Amino acid sequence: MSGAGLLVASLCIPVTVIPGITLLHNRPNPREALSLLASALLILINLGIYRSLQQGQTLAWQSGEVLPGLRLELAAEPLGVLFSLIASTLWLVTTVYAVGYMRAHNEGNQTRFYAFFALSIACVMGIAFAGNLLTLFLFYEVLSLSTWPLVVHAQTERARQGGRIYLGLLLGTSIVFFLPAIILTWWTSSTLSFTDGGVFDPDTSPLLLAVLLVLFVFGVGKAAMMPFHRWLPAAMVAPTPVSALLHAVAVVKAGVFSLLKIGIYIFGLDQLGATGSREALLYLATFSLLAASVVAMRQDNLKARLAYSTISQLAYVSLGVLLAVPDSITGGSMHIAMHAFGKITLFFCAGAILVATHKTEVSQLQGLGRQMPFTMGAFLLASLSIAGLPPTGGTWSKWYLMLGTLETGAWLLTIALLVSSILNLIYLTLIPVRAFWPSAAGPRRMNEAPIACCIAIALSAGGCIALFLFPQVLYQLISPITSGGGMP
Amino acid sequence: MDILSHFNYWVVVVLMMLGFFIVIARGNLIKKLIGLNIFQTSVFIFYISTGKVIGGSAPVLSSDIQLYSNPLPHVLILTAIVVGIATTSVGLALVLRIYRAYGSIEQDEILEQSRQ
Amino acid sequence: MISHLAVLPVLLPLVGAPACVVLRRPGAAWAFACGVAFLAFVAASHLLVQTRELGVISYALGGWAAPWGIEYRIDLLNALVLVLVSAMGMTVLLASRASVRGEVDPSRHSLFYVAYLLCLAGLLGIVATGDAFNLFVFLEISSLATYALVACGRDRRALIAAFNYLIMGTIGATFILIGIGFLYMTTGTLNMLDLAVRLPQLGESQTVFAAYAFIVVGVCLKLALFPLHLWLPGTYTQAPSIVTAFLAATATKVALYVLVRFSFSVFHLETSRLALSLEAIFITLGVVAAFAGSLVAIYATDLKRGLAWSSIAQVGYMAISVGIGTAAGLQAGLIHLFNHALMKGALFLAVAAYVLRVGGTTFRELRGIGQRMPLTTAAFVVGGLSLIGIPGTAGFISKWYLVMAAMESERWLLAFLVVASSLLTAVYIWRFIEVAYLEKPESGKASPQKPAGMLLTCTLLLALANLYFGFDTRLPVSTSAGAAANLLGARTP
Repeated sequence: MSGAGLLVASLCIPVTVIPGITLLHNRPNPREALSLLASALLILINLGIYRSLQQGQTLAWQSGEVLPGLRLELAAEPLGVLFSLIASTLWLVTTVYAVGYMRAHNEGNQTRFYAFFALSIACVMGIAFAGNLLTLFLFYEVLSLSTWPLVVHAQTERARQGGRIYLGLLLGTSIVFFLPAIILTWWTSSTLSFTDGGVFDPDTSPLLLAVLLVLFVFGVGKAAMMPFHRWLPAAMVAPTPVSALLHAVAVVKAGVFSLLKIGIYIFGLDQLGATGSREALLYLATFSLLAASVVAMRQDNLKARLAYSTISQLAYVSLGVLLAVPDSITGGSMHIAMHAFGKITLFFCAGAILVATHKTEVSQLQGLGRQMPFTMGAFLLASLSIAGLPPTGGTWSKWYLMLGTLETGAWLLTIALLVSSILNLIYLTLIPVRAFWPSAAGPRRMNEAPIACCIAIALSAGGCIALFLFPQVLYQLISPITSGGGMP
Repeated sequence: MDILSHFNYWVVVVLMMLGFFIVIARGNLIKKLIGLNIFQTSVFIFYISTGKVIGGSAPVLSSDIQLYSNPLPHVLILTAIVVGIATTSVGLALVLRIYRAYGSIEQDEILEQSRQ
Repeated sequence: MISHLAVLPVLLPLVGAPACVVLRRPGAAWAFACGVAFLAFVAASHLLVQTRELGVISYALGGWAAPWGIEYRIDLLNALVLVLVSAMGMTVLLASRASVRGEVDPSRHSLFYVAYLLCLAGLLGIVATGDAFNLFVFLEISSLATYALVACGRDRRALIAAFNYLIMGTIGATFILIGIGFLYMTTGTLNMLDLAVRLPQLGESQTVFAAYAFIVVGVCLKLALFPLHLWLPGTYTQAPSIVTAFLAATATKVALYVLVRFSFSVFHLETSRLALSLEAIFITLGVVAAFAGSLVAIYATDLKRGLAWSSIAQVGYMAISVGIGTAAGLQAGLIHLFNHALMKGALFLAVAAYVLRVGGTTFRELRGIGQRMPLTTAAFVVGGLSLIGIPGTAGFISKWYLVMAAMESERWLLAFLVVASSLLTAVYIWRFIEVAYLEKPESGKASPQKPAGMLLTCTLLLALANLYFGFDTRLPVSTSAGAAANLLGARTP
């Protein structure tokens, strides 16, 4: 298949199964098989894109003109390929998990669930392979909309409330900040295409660039930078597979991924480093990083705690972008992968606990280790990855981010990163430690979640370790962007 | 006198304000329509009077007349009058149906019924 | 036949309407009206193609040359609006059969279609004519037909709405008549092109300003620009759903056309002394309308009424674009004129389908409608997303151009207000979506009426058009760019 064909296929495969899923609404087994098939196929296609890219092929696709001089463009570049691979792999894993979870939990409207899940993944592929800001924005907005039915899945008043906050903040920031920023970019530079080294003339007014950066950083609400982070905890009313894939991986990573792309290909690292508002935003990201950790410590609801942890971890990536040096960009990009595997494992565990024991609060988990040793073990491993400790992948991304802060001489940030890692340890790792504490009382009979859930947990936790052992694959993939040759 | 030489405009303005006032202030739908008619008529008079050329004759072609009044505004207003009649008849038809539906053509009584 | 092309879109429905009276059977009248509307649409499309190739087409009615006779003058601007109005008129008419059967008294069905054709003829006439007085006559033809159509509503409150609209509409039309009278007094001509040449020679005449003021107030009444919008919510809510769809998609668009035509082609607003203050007035009123309209729409408990207030908000955007007054601004306005017709057409046709099915449009009655009418509701959602301006829909293109125009003229606050107010749109659309999809339907209230295939098809067609014109924008964008350049370039040196 040609390069452009692969890109289009990557978008179309999740979409084309939607009618099938809808038609099979009375027959769960073929319906879920279809979802699994699509996700497996998507991985293959994304691997094909990865291989073509490694072989030095140019993968790009253009539509007709949407506006004079402006087209929809798809292009495969290292960052996007990385993101698409993560998202499609975890889609497969999550689908396996969802089969176990949704059935064990007797959820209604499962057809709607799988259909919109597939649509969301198509949007994520669109974001990953977007060749210009217009395309990115299109899929960004459709992703917000197509995840809304998943957030309000339960249709209770609480779910609706969550859905309103979710959509209100995501749509609000994107319409009020992101769109004007895009139009302003178009107006200033007459292009929206992602370009190596940025699109702005060197003599563009510094004030304009400073304003643009602020607009972009706030506009990409999916990056959950404070003060526009409230949607993420609100989205936790969704079923666990949604929280796991979309609100730990796909949607939030789409946010920081957009930031990375804007930083690298719209501003360019040099220009970004010289932009006036960067420093202020850098400290805002640092504040977001620490504050979210502190808030997370105070959450007793497990999913809420994980959500705040995500906000904190997303700020790592934003920080990586805003530091605007090669090491920090490498660290930020790798963190997308590392955090994805770590956090999805944590959410899987939270869901497994909910299905097996109907417990949602952290304080109820004392001594659960004997009942669910496997789940709690995976939880421990993933929490180490989030904190950035071996033998898990999180080690590497934090390492590069740390190097980035040292390189720019921002030692305050170095300390902040260290403090945050310690906080991570406290609020995440203590949970499994307490669960396994010998003296803790609790039922001694084994009672694990459905087998499908356990398989998914094993796969994603295994991913955390694999990423620790083979980081060079990632590193090689993304090294072209920092050397200024990412776009085809 | 400037004011007197434009007395036709004064007539127009007074009629117009009268008509407008009736439309706004009267609650009786028929009276509203009458006000609307007066309002429109004032504009007709305005058009017709501007077409008058002082000393001009009726615009009927004749060899011993040099100066004619401008016939075009008169023709225009003929059209406008037709439009006005149509408006009035549609309005009256509506009032008739309102009367059948509500049993009244007083605005406040109708409003009261609508609220119930 | 081809040489008479310019007059055909107007002539066909105008002659077709009386011919339609003869047909006593409603089905026949409907089919005949559809045929006439279709022919008008074909003629208008031909005109658009020709104006894009040849430029302006001038047609002297009855062979009397301009400026004495009545001239029909078709440039890109009219041609675009003609195509839009005839296309929407045709689509809504095609969809109307079932809805009219459900909402209008059976004895009036044939006459309903007659009035519809008359209204269409009037609207097309307003757009096609190059003569100021002729414009007034067509305005009244369309208005009178509209009053009759509105009065066909099921509820007796429709009569009150029609009567109020009649009073307001007649006052508006009379204001326009006064304005035209002043113009004729000072220049001795009624031909718009001739007016455009002669008015600048008069310099800064008070009478000319007065004329403009009267015309603007009159047109804004028709346009329902805040604060002259009071007739609109009642009329849209009480009129038969088909009439609402037709009016929302065409009547306000034609009023905007008249405003633009008079402001830029005839009066050269952009060069006149009043330009600055008028700009401020239009922009301020537009912004207030956008916010106030949307806010009221958010608190409406009736879908139809909410959408009516939404129209007031959308008219606000168009007024803003006129106020910006640059080529980019006018282009944005014209694009929004085009796209908004598509959005509101789709939305109100979906509403018509709801009325047919559940008998009303309150949120209470529409609970869980998404499950009972999945396709119609899907079309509604697409229309709603377009109204919000989600990328991939026509509304996004409108918003893009409007924000761009505001930025180009360095009105940063305005650009911000435009995007911020579109968030309010999201609120009221989402309010309905929650009701439609997340609430449980009230059991046993569905009427037995079978789904109306034609209505559904047309609704889906318009929804698809919203998506299509979100990706392929060549038609509205290039035409409106040419039209905007013509409007501003036509000034005499």
